[in-house]
Amino acid sequence: MQLNQFKSILFLALIAVFFAGCNKEEFKAGDKGSIVVEFDNVAGSQDLQLNTGNYTNAAGESFNISLFQYYISNIKLQTEDGDEYIVPQKESYFLIQEHKDHTHSVVLNDIPAGNYNSVSFVIGVDSLRNTMAPSERTGVLDVAAYTGEENMYWAWNSGYIFVKTEGISPQAPVGTDGQRKFRYHVGGYGGYSSATINNIKSKSLSFGSEVAKVRKDATPEVHLTVDILKLFNGSTNISVATNPTVHFAPFSVNIANNYVNMFEFDHVHN
Amino acid sequence: MGLFKKGVILAICCAVVLAACDPDKPEPLPEVSFETPSNFPPPVYDLAANPVTPAGFALGRDLFYDGLLSRDGSISCGFCHQQTAGFTQHGHDLSHGIDDRLTMRNALPIQNLAWEREFFWDGGVFHLDLFAIQPIENENEMGEQMPSVLEKLRRHATYPAMFTAAFGTPEITTDRFLKALSQFQLMCISSNSKYDKYVRNEGATLDAAELAGLQTFRQKCASCHEGELFTDHSYRNNGLPVANPDDTGRHRITLNDEHRYQFKVPSLRNVEVTRPYMHDGRFRNLEAVLDFYASGVADSPTLDPVLKAEGRRGIELTATEKSNIIAFLHTLTDRDFLSKKELSEFH
Repeated sequence: MQLNQFKSILFLALIAVFFAGCNKEEFKAGDKGSIVVEFDNVAGSQDLQLNTGNYTNAAGESFNISLFQYYISNIKLQTEDGDEYIVPQKESYFLIQEHKDHTHSVVLNDIPAGNYNSVSFVIGVDSLRNTMAPSERTGVLDVAAYTGEENMYWAWNSGYIFVKTEGISPQAPVGTDGQRKFRYHVGGYGGYSSATINNIKSKSLSFGSEVAKVRKDATPEVHLTVDILKLFNGSTNISVATNPTVHFAPFSVNIANNYVNMFEFDHVHN
Repeated sequence: MGLFKKGVILAICCAVVLAACDPDKPEPLPEVSFETPSNFPPPVYDLAANPVTPAGFALGRDLFYDGLLSRDGSISCGFCHQQTAGFTQHGHDLSHGIDDRLTMRNALPIQNLAWEREFFWDGGVFHLDLFAIQPIENENEMGEQMPSVLEKLRRHATYPAMFTAAFGTPEITTDRFLKALSQFQLMCISSNSKYDKYVRNEGATLDAAELAGLQTFRQKCASCHEGELFTDHSYRNNGLPVANPDDTGRHRITLNDEHRYQFKVPSLRNVEVTRPYMHDGRFRNLEAVLDFYASGVADSPTLDPVLKAEGRRGIELTATEKSNIIAFLHTLTDRDFLSKKELSEFH
């Protein structure tokens, strides 16, 4: 073997050892850390501004948004090696409320260290939890947790509202309260003893070429955007003039089919 | 009698009177425990998850009869569910609630709820513990919000102690509040009618008309009003001409067109005292109900098949059969239940 050849091989070997060593130094099996998933509500290219922002939908109607909130549940994280971490089900329910900043970031603890490159979750509340006794409905699922417009539980047709938005539009008809309001309260988990609408949606988002490096001492932040305009615009363009109020009704399926596309991966902070 | 003796007696009397009135002395807890009547099927409710205790029952009873559960303090559960009327709102077709508002339907009895799988005329709620939220939050019933009810209870002079007695600590949570209400309602068991004592061979006999009525009932009514609970728990369109097109019954819950104008088959226990009848209280007496089944059933795409069998709409009933059925239905009246002191607001 020539010396030069030997040197090249040694060099490559050293590089290989160096990188392998780097990876190994970063985390050990059994390490646990945290990850933050941020749901950043936007309207098209702008940050969503409750009440003050004026937006236009594909039906050509102008409107503002006074309320926007939704459940995120059953979160799973996937590593670049193909491993999946499932957040313990009981701890995997979150209500994102645009008017409450502290709800925008979901903090997940006790996550095995690793390089994560995708996240998946349910938009809404799974059917099983919808049928449980009140003792199994704690935190954001407590049926008495929210009142007034924040309420996310239908008492008469027992089930959670998954996504709720309200606003004002000059194109919406005048309601009994004298306001030109639209109200979209979308739920429906499939029914308890008889089948009915099922608006439970799952979403999986890849981080593209980025990874979220969860380490014992490093908490990455995954930034997702949630574009409310996509709730209005999609396979069915929602018109606030034609459908100002949609609650538990067949039309809600169209809104759910639109809002599943609201969620997009934006970037990761490591 | 000497002055001394009189004095002692007076002192004892005063002590008795004072003890009776002493607001700090808790009233003795009722002796209650849940037992399945021998002629009933096993209960549907999971009693292991919420065992009925004297303290839980007493708390549930106080909550049931407390207007605090409504927005302005005026409407308790007991306002629309009166014991003497089989826990229905006596004499009202549509029950009325806060601000004198009318609801859409006739109040159903609170009885034998441990054997119900689903609640309300449309079955929209499937757990007894979730049932009370609807009347509390309905704007036409109690017009209140659950978080506000819990706050009022937490600030209340006596409820925190009652929650401690029932659940070990004073925390007032949604779950505990609803479980206590369930405990009271679970104990509203009606199983001591003349009919029950007859089928259990406890010495009661039915007279000729009642027996003939029972026989006709079994032939012509029991396919829906089935078993010892007198309901098969199904939803059916019984052919009532539509009075309120907005109230599509079970269809409101399932959005399935086949369920339009279906309503729950109600139990017939205590039916004598729960008038008026049907989901909208349109019939004032049992004669009107049987006349309807004999000759008033209206056809529609969702009319129940059993009511249009053999080319005939409704149920063929002679005048004698009708009066015998009514005589039999009166044997389902449970005077013990309707007057039971432990279930009363004034126990």
